[in-house]
Amino acid sequence: MYKRDTAAATRRRVNQAGRRHFDGGKFQPVDYPHRLNFYTTPPTEEVTLDEFEQWAIQRLKVLTEIESALFRNKTPDELKSILNDLLKRHLPLDANSSRSESLTAQRRTDHYSHFILRLAFARSDELRKRFSKAETILFRHRLMTDDGLEREGFIASLGLDWERLSDDERSELESELKAASGGKKNLEPTYYKIDWEKVPELVERRMVFLKRGMAYVPASLQTAVVVGEFTNHLDRALELTARALPRLDEDERLIPILNHLSHGFTAPEFTSDPNGTHLPGTAITAASIDSLLQHFPACMLHLHTTLRRNKHLKHFGRLQYTLFLKGIGLSVEEALIFWRSSFSATPEDKFNKEYRYNIRHAYGLEGNRRDYKPHSCQQILLEHAPGNGEAHGCPYRHFGPDNLRAFLQTQMGVTDSSVLQGVKNDNEARKYHLGCNRVFEWKHREELKREKESGKGTVKETIIHPNEYFLRSWELAHPDEVQEAAKKMEGMEMKDEVMM
Amino acid sequence: MFDDDEDLIGDDGDDTDLLTAEEKAKVSVKDASFSDPQVMYAFYQRLFPWRQLFQWLNHSPIPSNDFMHREFAFTLQNEAYLRYQSFPTFETLRKEVLRLNPSRFEIGPVYSANPRDRKALRKAVFKPINKELVFDIDLTDYDDVRTCCDKANICEKCWQFITVAIKIMDVALREDLGFKHIMWVYSGRRGAHAWVCDKKARQMDDGKRKAVAAYLEVIRGGAQGGKRVHLRRPLHPHLTRSMDVLKDSFTTDVLINQDPWREPEKSARLLHLISDKTITEALREKWNSEPSRSSVKKWADIDEVAKSGISRHLNVQQLRENKQDIVFEYLYPRLDVEVSKHLNHLLKSPFVVHPGTGRVCVPIDATRPEDFDPLSVPTVTQLLAEIDATTGEEKMADYEKTSLKPYVDFFKRFVAALVKDETTAVKREREKEEAARAAAAGPGMAAEMEF
Ligand SMILES: [Zn+2]
Repeated sequence: MYKRDTAAATRRRVNQAGRRHFDGGKFQPVDYPHRLNFYTTPPTEEVTLDEFEQWAIQRLKVLTEIESALFRNKTPDELKSILNDLLKRHLPLDANSSRSESLTAQRRTDHYSHFILRLAFARSDELRKRFSKAETILFRHRLMTDDGLEREGFIASLGLDWERLSDDERSELESELKAASGGKKNLEPTYYKIDWEKVPELVERRMVFLKRGMAYVPASLQTAVVVGEFTNHLDRALELTARALPRLDEDERLIPILNHLSHGFTAPEFTSDPNGTHLPGTAITAASIDSLLQHFPACMLHLHTTLRRNKHLKHFGRLQYTLFLKGIGLSVEEALIFWRSSFSATPEDKFNKEYRYNIRHAYGLEGNRRDYKPHSCQQILLEHAPGNGEAHGCPYRHFGPDNLRAFLQTQMGVTDSSVLQGVKNDNEARKYHLGCNRVFEWKHREELKREKESGKGTVKETIIHPNEYFLRSWELAHPDEVQEAAKKMEGMEMKDEVMM
Repeated sequence: MFDDDEDLIGDDGDDTDLLTAEEKAKVSVKDASFSDPQVMYAFYQRLFPWRQLFQWLNHSPIPSNDFMHREFAFTLQNEAYLRYQSFPTFETLRKEVLRLNPSRFEIGPVYSANPRDRKALRKAVFKPINKELVFDIDLTDYDDVRTCCDKANICEKCWQFITVAIKIMDVALREDLGFKHIMWVYSGRRGAHAWVCDKKARQMDDGKRKAVAAYLEVIRGGAQGGKRVHLRRPLHPHLTRSMDVLKDSFTTDVLINQDPWREPEKSARLLHLISDKTITEALREKWNSEPSRSSVKKWADIDEVAKSGISRHLNVQQLRENKQDIVFEYLYPRLDVEVSKHLNHLLKSPFVVHPGTGRVCVPIDATRPEDFDPLSVPTVTQLLAEIDATTGEEKMADYEKTSLKPYVDFFKRFVAALVKDETTAVKREREKEEAARAAAAGPGMAAEMEF
């Protein structure tokens, strides 16, 4: 979440030194002949701090939504319509043919915001990867929606040494080109010749005809090549920026802005209430956890039952579960009681020596005092697969099909075979969290129906966080408490204007 | 990516370790002297083409980093293995080889810095930057098809697999990928190496090497598993062209010379590769009644049974594809792709002596691979005897007195063509750079930024 710093919003000029904040390239005034941009030339004109921040935030909204859409497994069509809408609102880019008066302003915003975020996201390998992925999707979307002629002009401007195949050569090589295309009935109207080293992935998969070191690429594959080139270029540039970062004598006013920006680009996160209580009218204690298990998603139930069975959990399981419990409102004092009593086979001094610190650490009371957030489904899925004796991870992903089925039947109480089959299909499609949502919907089918009939229910997105799963489940079971709490909230004013 | 501890030595499978004790004994009785350190010393001193090796790796007459930062690795007589050796000149390399008298040596990549200084350098500073694109084909990978010989043995019949491999690979590397300077080298026992020496090839990163390896690779998985050939139809032009080569020699080289399906257990593999179950059942029945029917007949039986109309839903196209896949599986080059995929993989140097056979790793003329006979490649003892037998020709270099001469001459011509191309390319680059510098020096040029 990024909260606007009103003091910084006063109009101040970023001085000439601001130029140095952008990496690579030569100083030259920028005009924007094309709608699309490969971002090879950093911007050099002065901008106000206000613009600097505002543009970056607009782009960040787009990138965050792209990431979220990817994670929710949106279809390409859904993603396209989401992006069309988002870009219209936050980052419009009109074609030359539109003759819009704001063409230059739009392109300038696009250009600057890209470079500002590059600075913000170059700092870690993980941020660089995610930034590059989201930017690539944005670029591909724009390339695909570009006007045909303008796209051709843009691609020609990249100087990638494409040589258009003459009609004579095209018909001369007809049978080879067809064979390389995998048996399409008709030749594509346009082919390009390019050094095969520019398209190694097409060579690797024998998707193009090769002759004397040149790859013959149909126009339909050209998009993929241009997008690949975009990603390569961006990855290299991000590496360079990262290396230059320590040497950057940044305008000190920019540092907090850049930090805020990179924090704004986090995986969908469950924000817990800083005051501690999360469930209206219910205090969570070490003793009450066993009574809440029906609201636990499979991953947490698995951790809990493993803990009860072994009187122990290995490191990653402990971390995943501690943060989840913290997220549902278990205080650090109660957490220590909970873990001490759960590790009943562990001697007191061993527990104090090896485990107490870790729990306090997870609550931000030790070490770097970082306030660790409960893990999202994405983080859990990205963690290494549980090894021997480990219980962390996502059962939908890390269990074998038979184990998962048995677990869902006996532990989660799923009796409907069509649900089990659905989960199996989701797994085969590697959409693990959809399986989890399927189970959630089945388990709460009565409440969801009631909620829908009462008209109170809001359309909820797919659940992508274990704590979201828990809270939603609890709320469905306690509609009265929820309503009560909502009434209290009304009239209370939000103190800060939340930007995003 | 590059790991110091990773021992990517050239596993061309030709190691003596693979021989049983009994075989080793046989080898040493047959030709006792070639493993003699004295013999190796004389070979390095009198016959090894050091100057040509230097020119080949250096690409110009004056020693450059291409040679000076190149890794050599020595296998000593006691099997100790020394990596990261490098030399300022070929004289120093020769001297060191004479001092250590290794049983063989390998060539690795050119590094960004001198390999001898690597311990003082950070990993980011010391990394492999270029090396020839290499390929390794070894007859041990054909053991499920080869019936004439096994293990370390080879004969004229099974060498045909290597001949076919060279034909197919060489044309693809030239016609498709556009390389010009490709040298094939006998590995000394039962295989061949290819060194693609074009500058473009040397500069390829691992991603591009992997792309080339995958482009050329058709056979995947082991002999025990299911289908090893999965190809999209219609066939890619490279595969159509390869099929033309394979078809020509399949009958002789596989069906007649290897007769791989004569045994009923072996013909089960053939049946396994045919999709139409009615046809496989009919064939099984037929072959059960004549268990040792030859492979030529069994191959012909497939068409005959198909034509008989026994399979009511016969898919002719599918059957044809099955048969093509079988030809690919049995005769298409079997590459050890790991050797090709990595910039930092080492490979045995041309012209070293194979410690198991005493034969010199000589170049193979890829324009006439069928003329190459591995069994008549000179051995080190034979060559030394040839020098001794020549008298009164004092002005001749030692190698010229021996049957190594045509191979060294071939290597010389190869290196000369490579160096010539390289020099022209360097000149052209320099001119381009100068032109660019002149253009950039014009007025009004803005100061370059720091990054
Ligand atoms: Zn043989």
